[in-house]
Amino acid sequence: MDLVSPGIGLIFWTSLVFIILMILLRVFAWKPILTMVNKRNDSIENALKQAEIAREDMKKLQTDHELMMEQAKQERDKIFAEAREMKEQLMQKAKDETDKMVTKMKADAKAEIEGQKQAAINELKQQVAEISIDIAEKILKSELEDKKKQEAMVNQLLKEVELN
Amino acid sequence: MKGKILVFFGLLLASGMLFASEPHENEAQDEDFNVTDFVMNHIKDSHNWHILEYTDKTGKAHAVSIPLPVILIHEGKPVCFMSSKFHHGHAVVTKNGNHYFLHEGTIYVTDENGTIEESYDEEKEATVIVNEKPMDFSITKNVAGMFVTALIMLLVFISVARAYKKRPGRPAGLQGFMEPLILFVRDDIAKPNIGEKYERYLPYILTVFFFILINNLLGLVPFFPGGANITGNISVTLTLALFTMIATNISGSKAYWKHIFNAPGVPWWLKFPIPIMPVVEFIGILSKPFALMIRLFANITAGHIIVMSLVAVIFIFKAIGMSAISVPFVLFIDVLEILVAFIQAYIFTLLSCLFIGLAVQSDH
Repeated sequence: MDLVSPGIGLIFWTSLVFIILMILLRVFAWKPILTMVNKRNDSIENALKQAEIAREDMKKLQTDHELMMEQAKQERDKIFAEAREMKEQLMQKAKDETDKMVTKMKADAKAEIEGQKQAAINELKQQVAEISIDIAEKILKSELEDKKKQEAMVNQLLKEVELN
Repeated sequence: MKGKILVFFGLLLASGMLFASEPHENEAQDEDFNVTDFVMNHIKDSHNWHILEYTDKTGKAHAVSIPLPVILIHEGKPVCFMSSKFHHGHAVVTKNGNHYFLHEGTIYVTDENGTIEESYDEEKEATVIVNEKPMDFSITKNVAGMFVTALIMLLVFISVARAYKKRPGRPAGLQGFMEPLILFVRDDIAKPNIGEKYERYLPYILTVFFFILINNLLGLVPFFPGGANITGNISVTLTLALFTMIATNISGSKAYWKHIFNAPGVPWWLKFPIPIMPVVEFIGILSKPFALMIRLFANITAGHIIVMSLVAVIFIFKAIGMSAISVPFVLFIDVLEILVAFIQAYIFTLLSCLFIGLAVQSDH
């Protein structure tokens, strides 16, 4: 029976000890401990949030970077393509000009050659005529040296005329 | 830390609290070993803190114990003396012309020879002691044990609080050990059961949890400064349960009181003219802390009785060989009791939070 009948003394002392303990711990332990824990939790949460923001920024930066890279690549390709086109145009133009020049030169040369040839032919003709006249003169001179031959000749010629 | 412990024991010795009592005849030498007395002596509160007992060469038994102050209120006046004056219930103490005698753990007012008068009570059908009992406010073993617990708690938690100031970052050492416990009480016991207003009750909840836990654990330590069966004492658990009851009813919201006096959803004839429901609800106010009181008391006391009984087996058989069986069992129960110490502290705190939470809720 003693075991389950509470005594006033122990109740009094338990209350006293417990209340004093609770007040002391509340002031010197629970308050500072929980304040610090909360503060730390807040700071951790803050840090996590900041990290998340930084990560997002990083991601954005990366996307931007990739976009820029893509643009640069396109730009480069465009420049390359343009350069190639320009080169081809230039080459075509140069080729055309060269062709034209060659054709012209060829024509010029042909004309020149033709001219020279004509001139040569004309000269040759003249020379041939002169040589022919010389030969004819010489022949006539030699033919008409004696009288008989001259008479025969004249007769001959006359005959031809009469026949006509 | 070592220094602090040394200072503590130094003070203890310097204050002259330790003493060896005068040898007295060992009456129990040839008697049969009384298991009930052996167990109950440990379970019950005591006016001195028994440390050890030994028998010297002449066959005389000596008891080494710490005397504790006896504070009585008799005839409206306080009477104080050290419990060593009782010589373990062998001497009558005379103060202010009154004689006090310690009989089976209770102090009675007696004549100068310490006569305990017994008479047969017809109602109770048992012999009762008719001697007058003065109001006993003594610093008993349990009170002293509570002082030790309070001291430990103050030392531990104030040093933890200091550690937070010194090192606000990652907790280490004692701080690292206590923090999960503190946060467990806050986040898993108080917060989900009390609700939004949990912060108001945190100092009480945390204090009651660690008070019960440390008392439970100290109760398992068989030597000084442990060994006081504090949470296995009905007065202590009654007081703690009373605190929860006060906290519950002080913080009772309108809805809580309405539920008690005029429970919604209950037919009117259960409330008027015979207020059956209010009476039932009112009993609920009392039965909740009553359950808390009994649960903690019974669990801790039962554990101690089992341990003491198993130890008693050795003395019953008067054979040291029995310890081969007894000690492993005691060890097993002790380990179990450590678990129980945590569980009971948890349950008491959890239910306190639940009761407070139910009272705080404004409406559902």
